[in-house]
Parts: sequence; structure tokens; C-alpha cells
Amino acid sequence: MFVNMVEVLKYDLVIMGSGLAGLRAALQAAYTSHGKAKIAILSKVQAMRSHSVSAEGGASAVLYPKETGDSFDLHAYDTVKGSDFLADQDAVELMVQMAPQEVRFLERLGVPWSRNEKGQVFQRPFGGMSIPRTAFAQDKTGFFMMSTLYQNVLRFDNVDIYHEHFVTKIIVENDEFKGVTAIDLKTGELKLFLAKAGIIAAGGAGRLYRFTTTAHSTTGELLTLALRAGAGIKDMEFVQWHPTALVPSGILITEAARGEGGYLVNRLGERFMKNYAPQKMELAPRDIVSRAILTECKEGRGFTHEESGMCYVGLDLRHLGEEVINRKMPFIRELAHKYVGIDPLSDLIPVRPAVHYTMGGVHADIHGRVLKADGTWIKGLWAAGEAASISIHGANRLGSNSLTECLVWGHITGEESVKYAIEKPELVTDDSIIEIAKKEESRVFDKLIHKEVNANTPYDVKRELNDIMEEHFGPFREGSKMSEGLSKLLRLLEKAKSMRIDDSSRVYNQNLKDALEADGMVELGLVIGLGAYARAESRGAHYRLDYPKRDDTNWLKHTVAYLYGGEVQLTYVPVTITRWKPEERKY
Amino acid sequence: MPTITVKVKRFDGKTSWWQEYRVDTKSRKVTVLDLLIRIKEEQDPTLVFRYSCRMAICGSCGMVINGKPSLACQTLVEELGTDYITIEPMWNYRVIKDLVVDNEPMLMRLREIKPYIVRDEKEIFEQDIEFGQTIAELDKYLNFAYCIECGLCYSACPVAADDKLFLGPMILAAAYRWSADSRDRGWLNRVKVLDSDEGVWACHVAYSCSVACPRNVDPGFAIQMLKAAILKRKKKL
Repeated sequence: MFVNMVEVLKYDLVIMGSGLAGLRAALQAAYTSHGKAKIAILSKVQAMRSHSVSAEGGASAVLYPKETGDSFDLHAYDTVKGSDFLADQDAVELMVQMAPQEVRFLERLGVPWSRNEKGQVFQRPFGGMSIPRTAFAQDKTGFFMMSTLYQNVLRFDNVDIYHEHFVTKIIVENDEFKGVTAIDLKTGELKLFLAKAGIIAAGGAGRLYRFTTTAHSTTGELLTLALRAGAGIKDMEFVQWHPTALVPSGILITEAARGEGGYLVNRLGERFMKNYAPQKMELAPRDIVSRAILTECKEGRGFTHEESGMCYVGLDLRHLGEEVINRKMPFIRELAHKYVGIDPLSDLIPVRPAVHYTMGGVHADIHGRVLKADGTWIKGLWAAGEAASISIHGANRLGSNSLTECLVWGHITGEESVKYAIEKPELVTDDSIIEIAKKEESRVFDKLIHKEVNANTPYDVKRELNDIMEEHFGPFREGSKMSEGLSKLLRLLEKAKSMRIDDSSRVYNQNLKDALEADGMVELGLVIGLGAYARAESRGAHYRLDYPKRDDTNWLKHTVAYLYGGEVQLTYVPVTITRWKPEERKY
Repeated sequence: MPTITVKVKRFDGKTSWWQEYRVDTKSRKVTVLDLLIRIKEEQDPTLVFRYSCRMAICGSCGMVINGKPSLACQTLVEELGTDYITIEPMWNYRVIKDLVVDNEPMLMRLREIKPYIVRDEKEIFEQDIEFGQTIAELDKYLNFAYCIECGLCYSACPVAADDKLFLGPMILAAAYRWSADSRDRGWLNRVKVLDSDEGVWACHVAYSCSVACPRNVDPGFAIQMLKAAILKRKKKL
């Protein structure tokens, strides 16, 4: 239906993002509604190509407690300790309880879980987990889960998949979600999606940094759209560096390599983790291992990559043997061979920490409902997966908990949002919303008509943002350095207001899309920077040289950023502690 | 420092033309995708192509490089053995712009072969049990589950060039993957679609699909297995 030249589409539920969380939500919503609800999935890439496909290691769950001696309590405790006690424990307890049924559900859907001789789902050790509980599908778990979920969504006629639709605005009026505007990249048309309910599942923001394991699509601009729509953005300063990314590309080498027994060695051939985490060694949580590697580098015990000048250490899989590598980690062997030209059976894999995950995201409660900074629910809006901050991972995420979180909150938000939508009265096409859509159309496409000749291109902006984030908000932070970074970010924010767009066509305008991404990325960088600068302690992934200790008295709380008067402000909300009081975090 | 010449077939909706770019690079250990991104960001932001993961798992960057359908992120310049690279969009699809093609119609036809475990839906969605699978049962179909839906096999297929009704290697391989999965009960259902001129019988065993596949799925072999199963009137794969 076209109203004043804008195509208006009405749905009960609109899901923004088609990764594991988004697809799991779509599946749950479609099934729960018995085919009655109209559901739309919007993805800025082709829906089967979301970054979730790159996840390698596995999904954690207490599947066989009797046989392994594992328990919900243990999984929850590991997660809370891994989070450096910033995780909300009621949510963690819910996740570990729902995890096993989710893994079994995915098994029934068709995920090719790797099996042991008994035909059970094989589980491997992973960082920070006291008992092996990471279910995996070789070393392509994310890919197989995505592929299975995507194909299963095709069961339902009531789910419409909109490939390559780039969301430009989340419309909220009177604290209620109304819909979104999105560009159909293939035609350049702006469409208005009116919906009774929405789920934000657009992933994280790794590409704010230069050396990252994430896809080019992981830019996080939807988080900024949520911020602009009134949502709180929580704990954004907690950025995870994954210890083992290939040098120089940043391509991920899964933690499973260490889970299956791989070692980390410095230039002198030492397993240096004994000096940083004597008990867990290579399987300590990621923030600890990443900082260890970078410290080895700083103190001159690393290797140097000739071309890029990057310092790295060696991931040693030689002792694992061909059988283990080929059956459990074939992808790693292929990646190392293709992109570095080495064979893990006979050489060390060159690895260095890279940005991998953002613990922070849209402020959400245990139901995944999106909250404003003051705690009120933006009615009809939910968030799930990496894009949400419930928070499960607190200051640091344990490997394999992310896939689990996507499934659990995909399930919860999919079910709750569709039930909410079904009970709501029919949508009426409201003039004021059409006005908003038309204004969006001008805002977005005027950039093509008014050519800024001397301005920065979106690529200049992204490059400069990467420089600032890497230099001022890296794994080792410090007050004055961050303050300098904040000034640079504010100046960049000004520059980003008018970027030069060279492609003036409507059809598949990637140049324009890149500019819209850059615009959102810089503002998100500011949210990270402000949160990091304010937090005067070290906790999990946020480590400060000027405040190297954890300070529970003053800082056992979540940062929530919000917009007020057009500027980013910060407030704090308490952490929900049910069972485990903060203790010293040693591994 | 070598200079790589990249010739790209452009298309703006009306006209197509060849455009040449030159990129200086420190080493030939870069991928064709790396070069394209540099061209876009440094020289010509109007050049468009799909890309995302850069590690050959998302399937976005399919294109024809020096005559071979390949993933740009999986093709290293040094592997091409030349500093002159010619790139055109994937064959057998309508070109939208430059290297971006309209593969959605083919991709969405996946629905026709029911790409999921066909079984009592209540059993799948509501019974909290494991169907279970042995290692041998897993190995029977696992290779075919690696398909990243890049569409390169379809672009390489000589049948798909003329026959627009042919489902194509990607979809047929998926039909095999799901039917051969021990948990599935949908084979007889799928046969109706596969045992037709749009299905397996259009395949002439050219095998270009398996050559082009960047993940070694071997769709050509999957199709032959389907043919054998149909001819042998198998009740289950």
C-alpha cells in the first residue's frame, strides 16, 4: 500500500536482524501464533548471511548432569564469576535453566551437532567453564545453527523475509513502539513498516575497531537508532577482545582450539599463561588471556609480523594430532592454511587479540523488554542476542554463552512479543507516522542531492573512528588518554554530520548505506568512550592502568547511557544479585 | 611493490562497460575482496559488490574472477598467478548493479524442497527430547550441510544458463542433505518435486557446480545420489 509515495507495510511483529537471536525469535513467534501473526524479518544483508555464521566454538548447556557432574548452579556460577560479578544473576539462572532445552530443540530442528560414540551431543571444555559443557558442530557451530534456523523459518508462510533492507529509524511515540523505516537497498525505496511489536536483534559493534574478528556488517548503528528512539544503552564500555585472531586479517580462531588442548606460547617457547592464570592456563576467561598476550608483546616476548608490524604469539596445536584437528577443528586448519599459509600440524598459528564481542547493548530486562534509562518499558519493543544487554555477560562474556543467550532470548522475546501483538487491536495508518516516514525519506536521500564537496567520505570517518577507538579505548585504558579520545570523538561527530557521498543513484547505493552506518558508529563510539572514562575501576574487559583494581563499593553497577537534550548522558542501575556475592576473580 | 590491475564489468541499470582500476599493494597475499574494498574506499565509491564476513562462510561475495566463479574473499592474488584481474558478476542471474546480482528468486525457491526436518511438528517444537544421531548417520549428510548459499554452483551450471525452471544444484543438494539426515521423514514428500524436469532430470552431469563450490559441498554428487535413490524407488535415503 502506498500513502503519499511511501510504501506502508503492516505487520504484527517486525524483527530487526536475522542472526541467531532474530531467527530464533521469528521461529518461536511463527509457531506460537499457529500461523496467524504476520511477521517480518528485516536484514541489511541477505538474511542467511548474518555475522552469526562466523561463530565457531559452540553453545553452552548442562545437557547430561548425571554423567558429567555438572549442574545449573555451576554453569551460573561460572558465568557470574566470568562476568566479574556484573551479570544480573536472576537472568543468568534463567539462561542456564533454559539452555539444555534449547540445544535439544536445535537438535530436533536439524543442527548437525558433533556426536560422541554414544550418539550424544559432544561437549568440549571452554574458557572459564568448570566442566566441559560446550555443545558444538565441528568448529562451525554458528554457521550450522544459522543455516538450520534460517531454513526452518522457511516452514512458515506467515514470515516474510526482507533481504537487504537497511533500517534508518526506529519510531517510538509516547513511549510506544510504532514501527521502522527501512531502505530497500535493491531499489532505493524507503518503506515504512508499521508494527504492533518489534525485536531488536541486530548484533554487536566490533567494526568500531580496526582489528576485529567481526564481519564488515557488524557496525552497531541500530544500537544508535535505539538510543535516538529513547532506549537506554547499557554497559557499552565493556568490549571483548578475543585472544586468538589471525594476524593480519583478524579472522577468528576459535577458543575451541584451546578447549581441545592447544597451548599459547611466546617467542621463547614458554606457555606464558602460567604467570597470569596458573590454574586455568589457556582456558582462563578471554579478558585475562587477551591482556596476558598483549603484556607478553609489550615486554618484548612476542613475534613480529613483518608486513603489518603487529606483535603476536603462537597458538600451538601440533601435539593434538591430525585426527583431532581434522575432526574437531577442520575450519581452523583451512583458515590458517589459506590466510596465513601455514599448517597447524607443523607450525604455530600466529594470533593476537582482536575485538570480538560487545557485552553492552540495548538496556533490557529479564524478559528482553527494551527499557528507557529510568526503567520504563518502551511498550511493544524487545531486544535479544548481542544487541541486548540484559545483562548476562556483565563485564566479560564466557565463550559459548553467546550462542546460548541468542537461543534463550530469541525464544523468550519471540513468544512474548507475538502474544502481545495478537492481543493488540488492529493497526491504523496514522498521519503523523506517515509524516515521520516522509521526513526520513528527505533526511536520508537529500544527502544524494546536496553534494558536500570538501567533506570527509564515510570511509574517512570510519577509518578515523577506528584509529580513535584502537588508540584511546583499547584493552588497556587510562584516564587522560580516554579524555583525549573523547575530544577527538566529539570533533569526529561534527565531521560525520555532513559526509561526502559520491554515488548519487538510488539503486543499491552502498555508499549511502556506508554513510548511514558511519553516522551511527561514531555516536556509539562516544557512548563507549563516555562509559569507559567515567568508570573509575577495572572490571572484566574494562581495564584501567590508573584504576587497576575492581571497586565493588562504588562500581558494582551498570552504566546506562541515554540521550537528553541531544547529548549522551550517563546514569547507573544496580546489579541483581541472588546467590553469589562478589569474590576475588582468580583463575 | 606490485601494482595490480583490476578490470571490472560495471552496470548502472542501462549501460554496461568495463572499468579499469590500479591498486598498489605491499604483498600478493591479499584477497581480491581486499582489493575491491580498497578500490571502493579510496578510488571509486560508486563500485558495488556484496561482502560481509571476509572468511568464506557467509557466501556474499560470489563473482566471476579471471573466468572462474569464485568467492572474492577466498581468492588470493598470488593464487591467480597474474597481476591482471578481470571481474564480472556471477553468470545466470539478472544483474542489478555492477557485481550485485538478483539471486533472491533462486535462493527463495529453497522452500520448494522443504529444507528442514520433515516430521510431526509437535514432536519437533514441543517434545523436549533428543532425536539422537550416531557418528555414522551424521557423516552421511554432513558434507552437504556445509552449503553457504553463495549461489556460485548455480552460476556455473550450463543447464541453468538456459533453463530458468531448473531448480539448480544448490537446491537439489539441500534436498539431499535433509533427506539423508537420519532424523528426517520427508523423502517421499520431496521426491514429487525432485523427480521432474525441473528437478534432477535436467542435470546433465556437467559437474561445473562441484568445481565452483567454495566449500567442497559437491552438489553434483548429491544430485547423482538423488537420481539413484529415485530410480531405485527408495523409501528412505
